[in-house]
Amino acid sequence: MIAEIGHYALVLALGLALIQSVVPAVGAWRRDSTLMGVAGATALAQFAFVAVSFAALTACYATSDFSVANVFENSHSAMPEIYKFTSVWGNHEGSMLLWVLILSLFGALVAAFGRNLPATLKANVLAVQSWIAATFYLFILVTSNPFLRLSPAPYEGRDLNPILQDFGLAVHPPLLYLGYVGFSISFSFAVAALIEGRIDAAWARWVRPWTLAAWMCLTLGIAMGSYWAYYELGWGGFWFWDPVENASLMPWIAGTALLHSAVVMEKRNALKVWTILLAILTFSLSLIGTFLVRSGVLTSVHTFASDPTRGVFILAILVLFIGGGLALYAWRAPVLKQGGLFAPISREGALVFNNLFLTAACATVFIGTLYPLALEALTGEKISVGAPFFDLTFGPLFAILLLIVPFGPLMPWKRGDLLGVAQRLVGAAAIAAIVIAGVFAATERGPVLAPFGIGLAVFVMTGAVTDLIERSGFFRLPLRTALQRARGLPRSAFGTAVAHFGLGITLIGIVCASTWGAERIVMIKPEQTVSIRSYDLTFDGMVTRQGPNYRELVAKFTVREGGVIIGTMEPSKRSFPSRQSSTTEAALLSRGASQLYLSLGDPGDDGSIAIRLYHKPLVLLIWLGALVMFLGGGLSLSDRRLRIGAPKPARKPAKPVLQPAE
Amino acid sequence: MAHGATSKAVRWLRLLPILLMLAATMPAHAVQPDEMLSDPALEARARELSRELRCMVCQNQSIDDSEAPLARDLRLLVRERLKAGDSDRQVLDFLTARYGDFVLLKPRFGWDTAVLWLGPGVVLLFGVLGLANLVRRRSHRADDPEAAPPLTDDERARLAELLDQGEKSTGR
Repeated sequence: MIAEIGHYALVLALGLALIQSVVPAVGAWRRDSTLMGVAGATALAQFAFVAVSFAALTACYATSDFSVANVFENSHSAMPEIYKFTSVWGNHEGSMLLWVLILSLFGALVAAFGRNLPATLKANVLAVQSWIAATFYLFILVTSNPFLRLSPAPYEGRDLNPILQDFGLAVHPPLLYLGYVGFSISFSFAVAALIEGRIDAAWARWVRPWTLAAWMCLTLGIAMGSYWAYYELGWGGFWFWDPVENASLMPWIAGTALLHSAVVMEKRNALKVWTILLAILTFSLSLIGTFLVRSGVLTSVHTFASDPTRGVFILAILVLFIGGGLALYAWRAPVLKQGGLFAPISREGALVFNNLFLTAACATVFIGTLYPLALEALTGEKISVGAPFFDLTFGPLFAILLLIVPFGPLMPWKRGDLLGVAQRLVGAAAIAAIVIAGVFAATERGPVLAPFGIGLAVFVMTGAVTDLIERSGFFRLPLRTALQRARGLPRSAFGTAVAHFGLGITLIGIVCASTWGAERIVMIKPEQTVSIRSYDLTFDGMVTRQGPNYRELVAKFTVREGGVIIGTMEPSKRSFPSRQSSTTEAALLSRGASQLYLSLGDPGDDGSIAIRLYHKPLVLLIWLGALVMFLGGGLSLSDRRLRIGAPKPARKPAKPVLQPAE
Repeated sequence: MAHGATSKAVRWLRLLPILLMLAATMPAHAVQPDEMLSDPALEARARELSRELRCMVCQNQSIDDSEAPLARDLRLLVRERLKAGDSDRQVLDFLTARYGDFVLLKPRFGWDTAVLWLGPGVVLLFGVLGLANLVRRRSHRADDPEAAPPLTDDERARLAELLDQGEKSTGR
């Protein structure tokens, strides 16, 4: 019964979505406020029905109702409760349901908190949002219905893919989807602006908080995915340039560009047409990401289903929205009035530079990911594009971009003085140079590029600090005045500095972990000791343990540094009888931001076992940096000026929306 | 540890079933100790090469990372060639002759991969050209309110007059 309720609720959501697709748009066209008003109610109701549908599927999983095919295929009665819950989206059908849940959530948020939006814009945005929602409801109902029943009902489920039985599944997909789907709002705003043929600085202000929120979630989602792969897949890598990873990286890069160009549009009323295009492209890349992962074009751990009808359906959605969005853009963009004057050496110039390089970097990932597929489809020739390719192409583009990062925030709007900004960055550059020299001295005859990578990261970080120092006038003004000015700085200034600082942190982590890591691959017998850097690991022996739905073979190691015990590590191999498969669980020991990483290989005949032991210096900075970027985004989001158009109910009568930009 | 030999043997016997089960379900692990070459310089080259070679049955994994049996075979093959005195280039040529370009994670430049290698540069170039064009047009736009045309001589004279008056009226 519960499954049927869920199914029925989804059908009702589709019905509401169809109404919302048409009625508000007609209302906006005829300036009929009654018709436009429909959108708010349907958006909220849509969310309510999808939530019921999602709750129904969750209930089926919680009660292990194996008469539902989806539950039978992806759950097991012995599985821990948390995984029963997360396996709701650990499969194709359920994850699409999560996708539309978030989509309708965003629609409902716009309906609830977009009170100060102009009525026609709001109606159009919600209508466009509903076009997307309707196609995806249809997709689920037609090709990926999670509520199908089995008869007779099996006694036991087939269990979830063991690799997915991890806390990572609880956070990675929802965050990623919040990011992907959050960009749908930017898309809807862009399409609504094109339909209306009117766009101004206020538009950028309404779009920015949504884009920022989506970007924050995507940042964290990608970082979580990377950390998950790092500890779960067992060979200590954190980024593989796998097409599925690239699929999430592309919207992130485009979204980053969109954030920056929206600033230019809001402050200088320039780059309007470009910003609209970026908004369309960012969501298009999210859709392409969904297509790549869901269609089975790529076969990897992420692809739960490989059913061609689904691929074709998603491809049709892709063509409809990307093609439709771009066609509308080509048709309507010339109508939009182009914005103001533009000097290359200025804050807006720096942001354009940012956009140029981010776009080129995004294009690199796009070509690198899709060209092999295209070549194979056209000529049948198979080529591979992997990490070495991206290191050579994506790497330099991003290095140049990072070099410019500190200049941007220091540059004044309209007309900047490159020399003046450079002078203010002398301190930051000097610190970076000292660090480079220091790293060279410390790693004699080591890699040549890595110290420069560190220097670049330090420059980005010190540059971010310089920006705050300059703005508040430390060292120039009396301390008390400077402190006061620092307190008076807009939060978005802190947000920018913090996010850029986080970028530097991540870069340090990437360079250190991939350059100065140490590795030992050995066969080891009980009571033997293996050393890596300053650590000695003694193998104490093996034990077996019984988990809730697996058995595991645990190797126990004692870790000593200078003869003192600092901890134990217990890497294991789990075998899941229900799926006849197994996973390697690496053991991690953090020392500051560095980690020891230990994973098991094959056992030998004489009681020995192969191990892979890594020392990963400062590896945790990679994800810590992403967290700092997320916080930077949060600071910006909490800025009063953004809140005016942001998803936050206004207690007082809404302020006039069109305020001067600064 | 203070276990006697017999108790240890008993413990290993107890582990046997799970070891067998693991052996049956677990694919071979990435680079195994028994594969590694004794010469560290040669082994380092092998590792370096392994990172550029794709395990063809995997999803974008290098043979260095992959646990698939095929990757192991390829790793052993690379080491065999290196021991036979091949240069890095010769090893890659040998493998591409056998398995095609698919085995290279960094595709070679050729007519079929030109789009791939030149694409990013072309995008960047177009971006720069488009921007240069935009800046040129934008900085001399007559209809732009912020870029008013330069003052004529008459206007300049009138301005000077107004400024002059202003100064007088403020009493300076």
